[in-house]
Amino acid sequence: MAGEKAPAEKKPAEKKPAKKKAGEKKPAEQKPSQKAAGDKKKRVKKYHASRNPTLARGIGRYSRSAMYARKALYKRKYTAPETKIEKKKKEMPRATITKPVGGDKNGGSRVVKIRKMPRYYPTEDVPRKLLSHGKKPFCEHKRRLRASITPGTVLILLTGRHRGKRVVFLKQLDTGLLLVTGPLTVNRVPLRRAHQKFVIATSTKVDLTGVKIPKHLTDSYFKKKRLRKPKHQEGEIFDTEKEKYELTEQRKADQKAVDSQILARIKKVPQLRGYLRSTFSLSNGVYPHKLVF
Amino acid sequence: VFKRFVEIGRVAFISFGPHAGKLVAIVDVIDQNRALVDGPCSGVRRQAMPFKCMQLTDFVLKFPHSARQKCVRLAWEKENINEKWSATRWAKKIEAREKKAKMTDFDRYKVMKAKKMRNRIIKHEMKKLQRMASKKGKKPGKPEKAVKGKKQEKATKAKKPEKAPAPKAQKAQK
Repeated sequence: MAGEKAPAEKKPAEKKPAKKKAGEKKPAEQKPSQKAAGDKKKRVKKYHASRNPTLARGIGRYSRSAMYARKALYKRKYTAPETKIEKKKKEMPRATITKPVGGDKNGGSRVVKIRKMPRYYPTEDVPRKLLSHGKKPFCEHKRRLRASITPGTVLILLTGRHRGKRVVFLKQLDTGLLLVTGPLTVNRVPLRRAHQKFVIATSTKVDLTGVKIPKHLTDSYFKKKRLRKPKHQEGEIFDTEKEKYELTEQRKADQKAVDSQILARIKKVPQLRGYLRSTFSLSNGVYPHKLVF
Repeated sequence: VFKRFVEIGRVAFISFGPHAGKLVAIVDVIDQNRALVDGPCSGVRRQAMPFKCMQLTDFVLKFPHSARQKCVRLAWEKENINEKWSATRWAKKIEAREKKAKMTDFDRYKVMKAKKMRNRIIKHEMKKLQRMASKKGKKPGKPEKAVKGKKQEKATKAKKPEKAPAPKAQKAQK
């Protein structure tokens, strides 16, 4: 639709006089109008339902030409906005580049192609992979959280250097790991990530209403840093890898900011501080499947 | 040798089966293995029940054999069996066991702390008395009573009022 930007989105009933729709529902119209009220530039098109009723799966009632007429495609001619053409005329990507060349009597520079032809064509083409569905990359996975884990729950860490320690749960991060804190002054567990599977959720909860966790505490904040710049191959690289963890000022500040809020709430519950200081362990006759956490 | 007999009106505790944990009164004896049983105040319908799943209690009600439920209920309420039952040690032990099984991790911690404190106090008093006894020769009777008094004091001062005294009361009985 050329010139589609509807100026007045606040009109409830007739929003787009250019489009003639058959059988549009009013409430459905109002929804996009409310959404569009915020952003004018975004496309606020309402798509018509299929004009080609199905007789059976894969078989429509009307032929191609009939559908052409029904969809009024003779009317719909889209041209790209002109500014882009102008831009494209200016912005052709550079195909070659001139690079200086050393040595005398060499002419000083060469014209070099930026995108070169492939230097190798395999004799056998790789066969086209079959389509697969449902195989999502990790970033698109669905993150689940056990119902027993809510903000403020006391968790028992089972693995890692803090195993057995009881710790307060803050929130779940984007990768699904749990953001957890000791607090530090209570059991020396800093703001840290923990894996949901390697944690026991107890039924003890600290009331964390109104506690603000800084927004910059994300996975990238906690991710281990690895520097990879082996200027000298083999030899003395083993030292430069950051095996020693260095405590930054920012971590200290964040820890303080979060812990001060939580400690106040922990002090309100009697004996909770001592509970968080203690560690969990099994002894004779204690069976985890029989324990109520 | 035997103190509790199967008789009409004997109140029994059901130990297993669908009605486990409830009290019933024996209304009639059917044959060697089964009795007609009714628990109007404990939610058990009048039915036949094998003796094996019943454990006899000390309570006996007075009603004629095959009395109907209304009579059983009257007798039950007259004797106030429910209250008497919850006052018995048997019932208290059962309750304590249930509470212990339901303890959460935090409760277990609190009980541990309470027990530790109690034991420390007891030990302290014992040591005091031992020192006194070793210094001044034998002192009969009195020191032991003082220790028991202290035990009860600390039991009532529990942090978790229901659960802590329950295991501690058990310990005191031992």
